[in-house]
Amino acid sequence: MKFANSPLLSSLLPTWRARFVLLVLLTAFASLVARALYLQGVNNDFLQQKGESRYSRVIELSATRGRIVDRHGDVLAVSTPVKSVWAIPEDARLTPAQVRSLARLLEMEPREVSRRLAADSDFVFLKRQIAPHVAEKVAALNLPGIHQQREYRRYYPAGEVTAHMLGFTGVDENGQEGIELAFDSRLAGKPGGRRVIKDRLGRIVEDVESVRKPQDGQDITLALDSKIQYLAYTHLKQAIVEHKAKAGGIVVLDAKSGEVLALANLPTYNPNNRGRLSGAQLRNRALTDTFEPGSTMKPFTVALALEKGRYRFDSQIQTAPGRLTIGAATIHDAHPHGLLTVAEVVQKSSNVGVAKIAADLAPEEMWQMFDTLGFGTPPKLGFPGEAGGRLRPYKTWRPIEQATMSYGHGISVSLMQLARAYLVFARDGDLIPLSLIKLDTPPLAGRRVFSGQTAREVRVMLEMAVQPGGTAPKAQVPGYRVAGKTGTAHKLEGGRYSNQYVSSFVGFAPASDPRLIVAVMIDEPSAGRYYGGEVAAPVFSRVMAGALRALGVPPDTPLAPVQVARQNAAREVPAVPESM
Amino acid sequence: MLRLNVILIVVTVACALGAVASQHEARKLFHELEREQERMRQLEVEWGQLQLEQSTWAAHGRIERIARERLRMQTPAQGQMIAVEPPGGGN
Repeated sequence: MKFANSPLLSSLLPTWRARFVLLVLLTAFASLVARALYLQGVNNDFLQQKGESRYSRVIELSATRGRIVDRHGDVLAVSTPVKSVWAIPEDARLTPAQVRSLARLLEMEPREVSRRLAADSDFVFLKRQIAPHVAEKVAALNLPGIHQQREYRRYYPAGEVTAHMLGFTGVDENGQEGIELAFDSRLAGKPGGRRVIKDRLGRIVEDVESVRKPQDGQDITLALDSKIQYLAYTHLKQAIVEHKAKAGGIVVLDAKSGEVLALANLPTYNPNNRGRLSGAQLRNRALTDTFEPGSTMKPFTVALALEKGRYRFDSQIQTAPGRLTIGAATIHDAHPHGLLTVAEVVQKSSNVGVAKIAADLAPEEMWQMFDTLGFGTPPKLGFPGEAGGRLRPYKTWRPIEQATMSYGHGISVSLMQLARAYLVFARDGDLIPLSLIKLDTPPLAGRRVFSGQTAREVRVMLEMAVQPGGTAPKAQVPGYRVAGKTGTAHKLEGGRYSNQYVSSFVGFAPASDPRLIVAVMIDEPSAGRYYGGEVAAPVFSRVMAGALRALGVPPDTPLAPVQVARQNAAREVPAVPESM
Repeated sequence: MLRLNVILIVVTVACALGAVASQHEARKLFHELEREQERMRQLEVEWGQLQLEQSTWAAHGRIERIARERLRMQTPAQGQMIAVEPPGGGN
């Protein structure tokens, strides 16, 4: 049958049916257009993101923290990558055997591992900062839900020797103590990132946006000389063991440039393994602890008296009978001396002599000098917790207090402040700022505290103090002329002077052209001897001898005569104990 | 007219293929660059570790111990030292 003859064609249907179909089709079409518009024009973020995630990735570019090196470029602190193991607890369905083998690799208790995996969170660290070879073994176990992440860990090859100088960083590599904290902003790097296109095999084929370059932290070159630091540390440790002392500190300064060549404290800790740390171990005593310095302050009082013209190098002072009463209090000399010159007052460390000299000085003058020398204000090296010490305003000084301050009691200083103040004698009256960082050019001139003439005269007195007849013949260094001053101070405990001592020695060498300043402080020596000349001076001598040799400083006195002088000293002149 | 069209089509296809080929080449080179940069980072890490190792071996304490115990060296006594003047006398 032909199509044209089909009976269906002749049967007329109502026209609304055709219109209805048309309408339905149009509506469907319109909704499709609307949906397409919605997806492609209005709400297109989601799909674009999905599409992009198929090929494009953002890669974090980690930055390394700067290294810390000593003045010769030897590495003191360096960051190196390690792995941290973390887990998604929900995915980590481990059999007990798997937990045990994982715990064994991580050196943890299996129970602890299970406890962490049972945690109700999306992310738990199992163990942070494990060695790369352990990380490989953990990866080889191929456990579900256990992942690794690259982190950096800081290592300190010199360990406890440089612990207080360098400090350490936390687990996230932020500085927490010492140089690590003081120079944190320079050492820390800025991580960068880049968006890339990866192909089917995961290879990077193209950068999409400009790369944000990671900025590695700057390296810091310290003024520290690791050889001198090691010498200082070992000799201090030896002395502390020998004298059964509670603690100690040592500072070595370069007198020419004000650089800190060494700084060590005991007790110390190993910064690579900080399992159990006590506050005593962490304390950077040379900077944060203050003590009453005792006789090491005498040269300053004497220098001021010389400077003001009240006394001359050879003015005579009667110190007999070794007692001096001021108000209600009496000052004693450990050994009565009699008539002494000003130089001998320093050499023999007479309290009475210095107190008499101080009586001719105005409190304001003394305060002014102490303040200019930096006592009472923190040295501003940038170290956390630097102490300023105690220097009371001169208006409140009573005569007896002025007298005790003249020989270093009633005033407290940190070892670093004391070492710095001795710069004025080593530099002909010139005081320069200290530096922890290696300097390319030494500061030209600092602040003039005393005239060159005064400083040179005090230097002679300090040289006498280490010669036979002085308080510290044990501070001598063969081949070099040495100048320095001992200190032995009763410790203040609860406002009263106790029977414990702080022994100290501050000095410099070679005396003809001072190059190094060494300050030693030993807290509570309790093996019988406690005079600064007996306890601290030998440490000074050993460290100074080693350091001068390490720096190649030419000797300024022939070796042989010193040897003879020493033998004489041992045979004829009994070691003169110093007064307190 | 037809011949011109054919030539244009051939040229277009050739250009397209060239673009594809050079893009592929660029990506291959870029990948290689990536690999080298990764190697550079690896070497830097290794350098850091070697520095660490070096300073551990060269620790002053270790050197002193070896010098004293294994090599039986000691600091010369005072009488054993001679100061050498630089030529010309002065110092």
